[in-house]
Amino acid sequence: MSEHDASQEVMRLQGLRKSYNVGKPTEVEVLHGLDLRLQRRDFAALVGASGSGKSTLLNVIGLLDRPTAGELFLLAEPTQSMDDARRTELRGSAIGFVFQFHHLIQAFTTLENVLMPLMVATGKPTREQIDRARGLLAQVGLEGLEQRKPDQLSGGQQQRVAVARALVTHPALLLADEPTGNLDSKSATEVFQLFRNFNREFGCAVLLVTHDSRMSEQCDRTIMLVDGNIESDEALG
Amino acid sequence: MWIEWTIATKFLHEGKVQSTLILVGIAVGVAVIVFLTALITGLQSNIINRTLGTQAHIKVQPTEERNRILPPATGIVQLVLEDKRAQRLRSINNWQQVRDVLDTLPRVTAVSPVISGPAFARRSEALQSVVLVGIDAPRYQRIIPIQNDIVAGVFRIGAGDAVIGKQLAADLGLRVGDKLRLDGGQQRESVVNVAGIFELGVRELDARYVYLEMKQAQSLLNLPGAATIIDVTVDDIFDAQAVAARITRLTGLKAESWMETNAQLMNALRSQSLSTQMISAFVALSVALGIASVLSVSVIQRTREIGILRAMGTTRQQMLRVFLIQGALFGLAGSLLGGLAGYGLVGAFNTFGPKLFYIPVNPWLLVAATGLAMVTGILSAAVPARRAASLDPVEAIRHV
Ligand SMILES: Nc1ncnc2c1ncn2[C@@H]1O[C@H](COP(=O)(O)OP(=O)(O)OP(=O)(O)O)[C@@H](O)[C@H]1O
Ligand SMILES: [Mg+2]
Repeated sequence: MSEHDASQEVMRLQGLRKSYNVGKPTEVEVLHGLDLRLQRRDFAALVGASGSGKSTLLNVIGLLDRPTAGELFLLAEPTQSMDDARRTELRGSAIGFVFQFHHLIQAFTTLENVLMPLMVATGKPTREQIDRARGLLAQVGLEGLEQRKPDQLSGGQQQRVAVARALVTHPALLLADEPTGNLDSKSATEVFQLFRNFNREFGCAVLLVTHDSRMSEQCDRTIMLVDGNIESDEALG
Repeated sequence: MWIEWTIATKFLHEGKVQSTLILVGIAVGVAVIVFLTALITGLQSNIINRTLGTQAHIKVQPTEERNRILPPATGIVQLVLEDKRAQRLRSINNWQQVRDVLDTLPRVTAVSPVISGPAFARRSEALQSVVLVGIDAPRYQRIIPIQNDIVAGVFRIGAGDAVIGKQLAADLGLRVGDKLRLDGGQQRESVVNVAGIFELGVRELDARYVYLEMKQAQSLLNLPGAATIIDVTVDDIFDAQAVAARITRLTGLKAESWMETNAQLMNALRSQSLSTQMISAFVALSVALGIASVLSVSVIQRTREIGILRAMGTTRQQMLRVFLIQGALFGLAGSLLGGLAGYGLVGAFNTFGPKLFYIPVNPWLLVAATGLAMVTGILSAAVPARRAASLDPVEAIRHV
C-alpha cells in the first residue's frame, strides 16, 4: 500500500556525539560517536539499560535537541546547519512522536488533538484532513470518542490518541519513547500492534524505545545501547 | 493566525477561574479610569461653562499706553525713574473695521463691540457705583445669551431703556418700570427706564452691570462713537489662546483669551487633570502587572503542553502569538466589562448623585479605553510570551 520505496533512507547518523552541560564542570558526554541508518521498512527497537542514552538519542533524532558533534541526516538532508525555523518545520512534517506519558493537550478534544500537527502547519483543518483524523481514530479503535476530552479517556485510550496524532502527518519516521511503559499488558499489545500496522501501511520507519523484552523480540531489528555506544544492531527473524 | 487564536482561547477557557479573576481585576481598573476621567471631564467642563457663561472667550482691547522715553545719545548714561501711566478709557481705533475683520476670521463664531466704563447709579439718596455696558444687542447676545437670565421684565435696551442686575435692583430698591439716574461724571447724566432685571449668578456682575444701547453709553462716558472692548467667541474654547495671538498679530491690539484672564482657574484645572492622569497611569500599571503575572504563571503551568506543541511543529513565533493574543483578549474583554461598569457608575452618579452637575457620556472614551487596554494587554503579555517562545522543547517535555 505504501507509495514509498521501502529501502529509502529515512535517517542516518554519522559520528553523532551528545554532551550535556557543555562548558561547565559537570560536562558529560552521553552519546559517543554513533553511526546508524534507518530505512522506511525498518521497525526497530532501541534497548539498553537505564541511563544508557536512549531518550537522549531519540530527542536528537527528533530534532528536539541538537547533537554536540557529528551529523544527522533526515530524508537525506543534513540537519546540523539548519536554523530553528527549518528544524521546527521538518520536525512537524517528517517526524511523529509518542511519549511515555500521553502528552495530550487537555484543552482540546480527542479529534482536535489528533488534528493538532496539521492545524499547526496549515491552520483551519480541511474536510479531507478531518476525515483522515477520524479514520486514524477509528483505526486505533476510538470511533465515537472524537469529542471526548483526554481526561475522559483511559490511559490506554489516551496513548492510542497520541499514536493517531503522531501518524496524522504521515511522517517518514515515528519515534516512540517507552510508549507502552505506562500501560497494562493488553493495552500495550494493542498499541504495539498499531505501530506494526502503520509501519507496513504507511511505510513509516519506527524506532521505539522499550524495556519490555517480549516487545523488542517482536521487532525486526534490535539496536542495543550500552553507555552511549551501539553495542549491537541485529536483524531478527 | 487561526491556530494561535484557537489555542489561546481554549487555554483561556480551560483556566476559567484564573481568567475570570484577572478579567474582574482589569474591569475594576478600567471602570475606575473611565469613571474618574468622565467625572473630572464633566466637572471641568461644567466649571469652564459656568465661567464662560458670563465671559467672552477673547477680549480685544487697545494696547496699554506707555511712556515714550527718548533713547539717550551715545556715550550718555540715562537714569530713568518712570511712573507707569494711568490707563484712561480709550476707544479702539477703527473698531468697526476691526469688527469686520474679526467677523471673517476662521474659528471665530461671534464678535461683539462693547463700550464699557464706570459710572454712578442714583435713586433719590442711594448711590451705587456701576459699570455701564453699551452693547450692540443682537451681537452681544450671541456671546452671552443674557435674554435667558432675565428674571423680571424683558431684555430691551435703547430709547432710554436699560437692563440691570438683580443685586443692583435690590440695592437701589428698583423694579421693572422704575426710573434710574446714571451719572458718568462731569455733569453727564441721564435718566433711564429699567426694562428688565437679569441674574447671571456672578455677584460682581449682578451688582454692577447696567446694559445700555451703545450710543447712550458713549455719550455718558464721553467717548462718542467709541468701543472700548471687542468680545469674541470661538468654536473650540481651547483654541482661544491661538486665535487671540492671531488677532494680536493681525490688528496690533491687545487680545486676551479666557485662559489668560482666568489663569488661576486654569492652573487649578491643570493640576486636577494631572493628578487624575497620575491615578489612571498607576491603575493601568497595576492592571498591566496583573496581566503579566497571570500569564507568567500560565506559561509555567503549561510548560509541558508548550513542549508538546513545539514537538508537533509549532514555531516559536506561533507560541509567542498564542500568549500575546491572550494578553490582548484580557485587555479587550476586561476593558469592555470595565467600560460598561464605568458608564454604570456615571449613570448612577447622574441619577442618584448630588446632582451638582451632569457627567456627559462620551462613547469615544470607551473606544479609547478599549484600545489602550488592548495595547496594554499585548505589552504586558510580551515578557511571558517571549518566555513561552524561548522554552527548550526537550526541557519542556520533561517538565512535570
Ligand atoms: N539534561 C541532562 N543534563 C545532564 N545529564 C543528563 C540530562 N539528561 C540526561 N542526562 C544523563 O544522560 C544519560 C542518558 O540519559 P537518558 O535519559 O538518555 O537515558 P535513558 O537511556 O533514556 O534512560 P531510561 O531508560 O532510564 O529512560 C544519563 O546518565 C543521564 O543522567
Ligand atoms: Mg529514557
